[in-house]
Amino acid sequence: MAPGTNTMTNDPILKVEHLSMRFGGLMAINDFSFEAQRGEITALIGPNGAGKTTVFNCVTGFYKPTMGMIIMRQKGGREFLLERMADFEITRDAKVARTFQNIRLFSGLTVLENLLVAQHNMLMKASGYTFLGLLGFPAYKKASAESIEIAKYWLEKANLIERADDPAGDLPYGAQRRLEIARAMCTGPEFLCLDEPAAGLNPRESLALNELLRSIRKDSGTSILLIEHDMSVVMEISDHVVVLEYGQKISDGTPEHVKNDPKVIAAYLGVEDDEVEEVIEEIEEIEETQGGTH
Amino acid sequence: MSNISNTHESAGGNLTARALREGVFAGLVSLGLFVLFVGLETTQNIRNELVLNQRWGLLAIFVAVAAVGRFLMVAYIRPRLEARKASASAKPVTEEQEGFFRRNFSKIAIAFLLVYPFIAVAIFGVQGSLKWVDNFGIQILIYVMLAWGLNIVVGLAGLLDLGYVAFYAVGAYSYALLSQQFGLSFWALLPLAGILAAFWGIILGFPVLRLKGDYLAIVTLAFGEIIRLVLINWTDVTRGTFGVSGIPKASVFGIWSFDVGAPNYFAKAFGLPMSSAYYKIFLFYLILALALLTAYVTIRLRRMPIGRAWEALREDEIACRSLGINTVTTKLTAFATGAMFGGFAGSFFAVRQGFVSPESFVFLESAIILSIVVLGGMGSLVGIAIAAVVMVGGTELLREMTFLKAIFGPDFTPELYRMLIFGLAMVVVMVWKPRGFVGSREPTAFLKERKAVSSSFTTEGHG
Ligand SMILES: Nc1ncnc2c1ncn2[C@@H]1O[C@H](COP(=O)(O)OP(=O)(O)O)[C@@H](O)[C@H]1O
Ligand SMILES: [Mg+2]
Repeated sequence: MAPGTNTMTNDPILKVEHLSMRFGGLMAINDFSFEAQRGEITALIGPNGAGKTTVFNCVTGFYKPTMGMIIMRQKGGREFLLERMADFEITRDAKVARTFQNIRLFSGLTVLENLLVAQHNMLMKASGYTFLGLLGFPAYKKASAESIEIAKYWLEKANLIERADDPAGDLPYGAQRRLEIARAMCTGPEFLCLDEPAAGLNPRESLALNELLRSIRKDSGTSILLIEHDMSVVMEISDHVVVLEYGQKISDGTPEHVKNDPKVIAAYLGVEDDEVEEVIEEIEEIEETQGGTH
Repeated sequence: MSNISNTHESAGGNLTARALREGVFAGLVSLGLFVLFVGLETTQNIRNELVLNQRWGLLAIFVAVAAVGRFLMVAYIRPRLEARKASASAKPVTEEQEGFFRRNFSKIAIAFLLVYPFIAVAIFGVQGSLKWVDNFGIQILIYVMLAWGLNIVVGLAGLLDLGYVAFYAVGAYSYALLSQQFGLSFWALLPLAGILAAFWGIILGFPVLRLKGDYLAIVTLAFGEIIRLVLINWTDVTRGTFGVSGIPKASVFGIWSFDVGAPNYFAKAFGLPMSSAYYKIFLFYLILALALLTAYVTIRLRRMPIGRAWEALREDEIACRSLGINTVTTKLTAFATGAMFGGFAGSFFAVRQGFVSPESFVFLESAIILSIVVLGGMGSLVGIAIAAVVMVGGTELLREMTFLKAIFGPDFTPELYRMLIFGLAMVVVMVWKPRGFVGSREPTAFLKERKAVSSSFTTEGHG
């Protein structure tokens, strides 16, 4: 267990072990391991180009990792090896949902339709793979009405109910971010991965986002993995922080612990040339003390 | 004030000069373009010798049209349009209540189509109605149906398919061959032709749908050509370029037949005079029913999860996969559904012509169907129907324009300029309405009110 983590229970929902990802000559992720606990908000932070999005893409199946294992454990105890599954199966079967760093909405569909598309698999089953639905079976009508209720629930949570019938592409930026999260939640995930949800938001939108994330954790019990740039957001809402630099983990623990970790400070603030020696010494000291605990 | 009018006047003088200059320039360009195409014509005389005809008069007309047209455009039409645009944007935009006609357009159109054959008979008589029912009615409706079928693939799912005519061919040959080999009736073979076409859609789809955009377009184009080449070369079965003739007619659900010799001949059963018009009118209602079936299924499917997934796929495939949608099967269903309607239309085509040959299934057909979909506004059933009427009806009208012979001489055959006008119309429409006649899309579900989604938000898809 990494120092500084003082979680009561040890019930990881996601275990990433020795993950490596190589792009040609570039080792974007190098032997990276971490755990995300059930019911927590875990933050993955690091400077630009550290490999955070790449980790996400490996977890959600959009990239096949060069090496390593990614294990998702559902509430019922069912385990999935995500690195062996196709991207859409990871959402459908393992119940991992995600958003994208550059928002990917269906901009020509309305806000409501975006949320209905997210319930595709449930509705497909209810409509007897379209055939029974075409014939007007009541089971599909019921499921269809239910799906609209679910969509309404999330629209209210994301404060988008007023815009339900507008095209998604017409929403302001902050609302699009919230819609993308609401859409991911409509797939009924146990684990939600958000790639820089606060990027480009103004302070008010950022606040609304924090509200939304907290209520997701509280009301639906969904665990969240979150990439973030903005330290203040991370410190405020996350329970556990993992820091990545050049594809390697440099720190892992509570926000408090990470904030005071000199390696993190060096990575984030950068250090003057004459201070490098000093910092390296400091880091080596820390590594020695850590080595004992490992 | 005087200052302003002054500048205006000098601008006006400039304008005429510029218009003259551009007019002359346009004339020169068209002279260069058409001197070989129009000015000279090669024909064979009775001894099979090549003769060069000179058509300077016709060339002069072409050049004059271009030059004068350009002059008028620059000097008068464009300033007026700009002035109107300026005054329109100056006025506050008022929410216009759509007129009764616009709101009920599809109902009125369907009602009109239902009585159309009777109107034709009433005006032109039984024999005279043939042309109107067959050349205009049936011909246009076939293209409406094909374009609606292709719309599922291109307009909804955003998959660019350049080989749609292959499924049309599969449907046509299925009916032609199976009815001759096994004596099955049209009503038994219609669903079978659809199923076979859908089957071929899936066969093609499996290897191909991993491709995107341009690559998909090229492979589907090749598939269309392969089917045609198979039809030409597999002479034992398809009789090659000779085609299959003597395809049996359809009957009214097996109750009345349209074969003159049959005991249950339609005209005899109703005590009507003999005429082939009844069969054509029957075929008209048949294709109308098939086309409406296509529209109905499309509308229903759009509101089902599969239809929404198609549209989502067109908007963003990666987002679809992140929502747990299996994009391969979703694309396959779009392909198969589109192909199925192509197959229905194909078997209707065979029954109408009584003859099929590979000639009917060339790439040009795919291109025409696709351009109808694009012109109509991808995804919009009404827009596509209008486009089919304009494009197919327009080219049929050309045949009627015999008065053009008086202008261009007795050898002038207006049909031959079909493609030229087709292309011109496409360019004009695409400049005037880049998203087609109906660019907006109807949402499939709503909470408070159904607001059309403007075309500026929708995407055409990338593969
Ligand atoms: N598909 C890819 N092909 C090649 N290199 C990639 C690809 N995706 C990411 N990279 C590289 O991997 C590194 C990490 O990128 P990324 O994960 O996007 O960083 P972050 O999200 O932390 O800013 C970068 O150097 C980037 O250029
Ligand atoms: Mg990133």
